[in-house]
Amino acid sequence: MDTTPITTPRKSATFDDYSMSEIRRAAASGIYDIRGGGAKRKVPHFDDLLFLGASMSRYPLEGYREKCATDVWLGTRFAEKPIHLKIPVTIAGMSFGSLSAQAKESLGRGASKMGTSTTTGDGGMTEEERGHSSILVYQLLPSRYGMNPDDLRRADAIEIVIGQGAKPGGGGMLLGQKISKRVAEMRTLPEGIDQRSACRHPDWTGPDDLEIKIQELREIMDWQKPIYIKVGASRPYYDTALAVKSGADVIVLDGMQGGTAATQEVFIEHVGLPTLGAIRPAVQALQDLGMHRKVQLIVSGGIRSGADVAKALALGADAVSVGTAALAAIGDNDPALEEEYQRLGTTAGAYDDWHEGQCPAGINTQIPELAARLDPELGGRRLANYLSVLTLETQTIARACGKSHVHNLEPEDLVALTVEAAAMAQVPLAGTKWIPGLNTE
Amino acid sequence: MPDIDLGVTPLRELNGALHKLPPETNERHWVIENPAGRHAIAAGLNAPLNVEINGPVGYYCAGMNKLATVNIHGSAGVGVAENMMSGFVHVSGDASQAAGATGHGGLLRIDGNASSRCGISMKGIDIVVQGSVGHMSAFMAQAGNLVVFGDAGDALGDSIYEAHLFVRGSVKSLGADCIKKDMSDEHKAALHDVLTRAGFNGEVDPSEFQRYGSARTLYNFNVDHAGEY
Repeated sequence: MDTTPITTPRKSATFDDYSMSEIRRAAASGIYDIRGGGAKRKVPHFDDLLFLGASMSRYPLEGYREKCATDVWLGTRFAEKPIHLKIPVTIAGMSFGSLSAQAKESLGRGASKMGTSTTTGDGGMTEEERGHSSILVYQLLPSRYGMNPDDLRRADAIEIVIGQGAKPGGGGMLLGQKISKRVAEMRTLPEGIDQRSACRHPDWTGPDDLEIKIQELREIMDWQKPIYIKVGASRPYYDTALAVKSGADVIVLDGMQGGTAATQEVFIEHVGLPTLGAIRPAVQALQDLGMHRKVQLIVSGGIRSGADVAKALALGADAVSVGTAALAAIGDNDPALEEEYQRLGTTAGAYDDWHEGQCPAGINTQIPELAARLDPELGGRRLANYLSVLTLETQTIARACGKSHVHNLEPEDLVALTVEAAAMAQVPLAGTKWIPGLNTE
Repeated sequence: MPDIDLGVTPLRELNGALHKLPPETNERHWVIENPAGRHAIAAGLNAPLNVEINGPVGYYCAGMNKLATVNIHGSAGVGVAENMMSGFVHVSGDASQAAGATGHGGLLRIDGNASSRCGISMKGIDIVVQGSVGHMSAFMAQAGNLVVFGDAGDALGDSIYEAHLFVRGSVKSLGADCIKKDMSDEHKAALHDVLTRAGFNGEVDPSEFQRYGSARTLYNFNVDHAGEY
């Protein structure tokens, strides 16, 4: 018997289990992997930042006694009826089609209870979401599915979608399993087809044309409603500057952790910037143009807690949007449904085959029996609770930093834990004065 | 009959006045002088008005039109009658790109030529072009009829869904999944109906047109068709 010791079998760090399984899947199917959600890889994020809090040179506010305001005005640049939100957290655009009507209603109920807005998606406006959303933002997407002047006029703001963080440069995708009769009718599409939307708008090209398109929308709405421009984070300085030039009231900047209903995995994980790396260039563009706080900035992509909200605001955002977290709040990927996730070949917390429409939580589906599992009243209450916690947490941090309004948070309140985060957020590495790229101290 | 000179009256004032008219208004006939290529003239109309525009218009004239008849006595810029819901828009001259883009209903008649992407993503609108149309016309066209008396440029009907395309002249090339189809009596009757509504009552023979539409091979993703894009 050979007793020579052997080294422990070693798997490749490059060809790890995930990569090997994807190679096998690709070889067997001949088609790229499609999934929902945002980037799952680890990227520099808000976790890599810390607040300094008050000290000898800063007065904190009393946690339960002194006021710390959270309201936000959006659309004050040109709109005659700007939007006033009670909290700096909005609900990101998600379509009926991707989501069930019950999920859209839940989002509307929860957002309305907290005095904030929700947003339509690719596919038009449903009665459920208009009826249950006190403030509703209506998206104008390249597909223009369901776009009509009546809904335009009954919206509270318009969001022109140029891109989204999960897939800057990509169009919408909704596979046949979710193109039900109602979804098909709303989109003027044959039932059951794989819908792949255009990635460019049909009637304008570039910021010069967009300026004229925005003028048309303002004329149609008699200059009443704010107009947002949503971009996926890729070239945030120039995209922000061009959005201002085009006449936007509000810019929505979506980092790569922001979710999508469905797209190619390779797109989600390899195109776009992490949210942390996108905020400062966008804010810089606004400051260079003298438009910071005049054209408002909404940041989305990976917002989970009040700490994330506070950090985004401190870096210069006026508000944030949540999508993935809002879905989790109403029941997506709940471990209570683990058996059903196992039957779908996945596990709670990892389920992302939203395009297949089999969501056991009744959220990412158009199957009536599954959708009926979601109680919109309960979903709305859960979302309102979650938004309330986000707001309370944000206030907790803001008071600790001595701020009477969450908008008074600033980069000076922050330090970074890593060199990468310090460079991206342009705040000092903790314990130093060093901001990589800005100074050499 | 209001007669508005856009050299004097601001566009915002004109559009605002048109939007305030209730559907039952008897102040239906409006004349707009001196448009001078301004953008978004008569955009967002929502009543059965009859608007005459004497001269060329810029981008998005009669955009999202509903119920109104808009006669443009001149040429039109990008996106004339874009996303139209109903009504009738008539351009006596040429139209730039994306004419009738994403329109859900109503009828757009262009007496001259239309540039590229005419009827892009159309969703039920009928478009009749007496001249020719440029490349990528009826791209991703979902529903409605595009009728072209002249020729069509490259990639007609690329990635088309259920819209019907009728071309009397030549087609430089067809886009992905767009094919020539039979012209049955049913289709001739449908084309006759569109032509009649466009004001060509009996003047044009539907049998002179070729019909094009979707082969429906790309409706559900099949990796064997990936090379067609």
